[in-house]
Amino acid sequence: MKIHEYQAKQLMAKYGIPVPPGEVASTADEAAEAARRIGGRVVIKAQVHVGGRGKAGGIRLAETPEEARTVASEILGRPLKGLRVDRVLVESALDIDKELYLGIVLDRAARRHAVMVSAVGGVDIEEVARETPEKIAKTWIDPTLGLTNYQVRNLLIDAGFERALWADVSKVLFALYECYTSSDAVLAEINPLVVTKQGSVVAADAKVNIDDNALFRQPELAALREAAEENPLEIEAFKRGLQYVHLGGNIGIIGNGAGLVMATIDEVKREGGSPANFLDIGGGAKADLVANALELVLMDPQVKGVLFNVFGGITRCDEVANGILEAVRRVKVDVPIVVRLTGTNEAEGRAILANTPLIPAETMQEAARKIVELVGRS
Amino acid sequence: MGILVDENTKVVVQGMTGREGEFHSRQMLAFGTKLVAGVTPGKGGSTLLDVPIFDTVREAVRATGANASVIFVPPRFAADAILEAADAGLDPVVCITDGIPVSDMVKVVDYLSRTKTRLIGPNCPGLLAPGVCKMGIMPGNIAVPGPVGVISRSGTLTYEIVADLTRAGLGQTTCIGVGGDQIPGTTFVELLKLFEADPETKAVVLIGEIGGSDEELASEYIRTMSKPVVAFISGRNAPPGKRMGHAGAIISGGTGAPQAKVDALLAAGARVAETTSEIPGLVKEVLGMG
Repeated sequence: MKIHEYQAKQLMAKYGIPVPPGEVASTADEAAEAARRIGGRVVIKAQVHVGGRGKAGGIRLAETPEEARTVASEILGRPLKGLRVDRVLVESALDIDKELYLGIVLDRAARRHAVMVSAVGGVDIEEVARETPEKIAKTWIDPTLGLTNYQVRNLLIDAGFERALWADVSKVLFALYECYTSSDAVLAEINPLVVTKQGSVVAADAKVNIDDNALFRQPELAALREAAEENPLEIEAFKRGLQYVHLGGNIGIIGNGAGLVMATIDEVKREGGSPANFLDIGGGAKADLVANALELVLMDPQVKGVLFNVFGGITRCDEVANGILEAVRRVKVDVPIVVRLTGTNEAEGRAILANTPLIPAETMQEAARKIVELVGRS
Repeated sequence: MGILVDENTKVVVQGMTGREGEFHSRQMLAFGTKLVAGVTPGKGGSTLLDVPIFDTVREAVRATGANASVIFVPPRFAADAILEAADAGLDPVVCITDGIPVSDMVKVVDYLSRTKTRLIGPNCPGLLAPGVCKMGIMPGNIAVPGPVGVISRSGTLTYEIVADLTRAGLGQTTCIGVGGDQIPGTTFVELLKLFEADPETKAVVLIGEIGGSDEELASEYIRTMSKPVVAFISGRNAPPGKRMGHAGAIISGGTGAPQAKVDALLAAGARVAETTSEIPGLVKEVLGMG
């Protein structure tokens, strides 16, 4: 789960990481008031989950509260790289001397958490990793020992930090590690960590991603979910406990099992169609669950047809067919629905769907072809 | 003989008395798995499906000689259950549970690296050796004995492909779902090595998906294998940065994109199916049956 910069900064501040004085605003007036309270020059930052906000015009300076109002009104309510900006962070602008990078991230291949430090901050760290990997110092954390003092010293030396910064930066790095582990994060990044002309270190930007699987033991972070989510249908899906990803096309896709649904999306795309969503109803296909899923998919006004792809393993296809029929009875449907059932008792399942408005298909490929024919290529 | 399990595999089910645990224990018994014990703390001394239930894995092993485990316990207790099984020396341990925090798994795989236990999963369908043993939740009726090894990060997509293979007359040695999480206990490479050494396996079907670099790492090993590999990658149209159901199925920061996986597999000499329906044909081709 991604959280916004302002949320990440509030979280980091709890662990003692210095952040600039700032406030969140959702109107231009609020932004002006915030700028007045903060005083002096401020930076206005769009709170949306896109990279490269600065280059896209989502981060701008304002010298006065009036200018803050103007700038905020130009950012708020407008799309930034396709996402509408609902909130801005108004923050005291820093006198920047140096920009550094600190990050902790789950390294899947190494099966450990990794710490990365660089004297090149304020730029896309993935680009630095590609172009000049020697500028990033990296080490892996032993899960039993945690991050150790000697590892941090080695990192700071490898990254070429001057001695005068060691004490302050290691303090921030240990605080970041504490924040990362205590929050069940899979990414915690300060980019840049600014060294001001006055000589203090401050987190000028902050990014934290939380492990979805750990939200059950992170109630405060779980509560941020709704505000952090950008798509209203994804928020609705989260409320209904469904695994849904909005894709923006016109063919609703529902299936059981993430791999199967992904493969179904690929088939629809191969046939020239445009999938509207990913929706995994998981094992089984009880009527309640199917109705719930179908209802959600049809809330998307762009959806002009739905494809069900269900493998009946231990759940038999006849049960699944009955579940889908009942769901269709309960949910008002005025678009074509192609159903592909395979696995245990598939013949019985298909017999149940015969003489109903549902359109049967034998294979995933045939199902994709049928729904694309009905809805049209895009 | 296939890999990981044989006719001497004696299974304990951790979390057997739960809804899922009981349902799938019944299925495993019907398949013919030697399911000798169940474990549910607090329910020791009872029986379920004529199988004795114990409070701890240690007791279950002492009383029944169980040597492998299937885990159905809820996410917040699952890491502990895996450690308990490893501490009792069980191998393999199959963890079905979906939703285990990744930092728990970082600790678990670190501990397991110092034991002889191999963990399959978590968030996986388990394994199926047709005619021998089923550990987990794969439907037993889709597979038949034969020369193909199957490894996958998926559940139902695996069943779909295994059923297609069976329909095409291509049986399997062992079918294994390694799970959809970010940190699986066992990766593709480790299983490919076992299949390469297994005299009965003649070809391997690898079902990968977006996210992580397991397929790329597998490709490096496939290059050196004597046995042919047919692969399929799902999620070719998944948007970056979105978790596609599985915790591990996410393209993040330039890693995990589908084309890189397809390219790596092709460069390593694997055949890559564009669509699932091509897989049986490709397997027949690489086995010289085409």
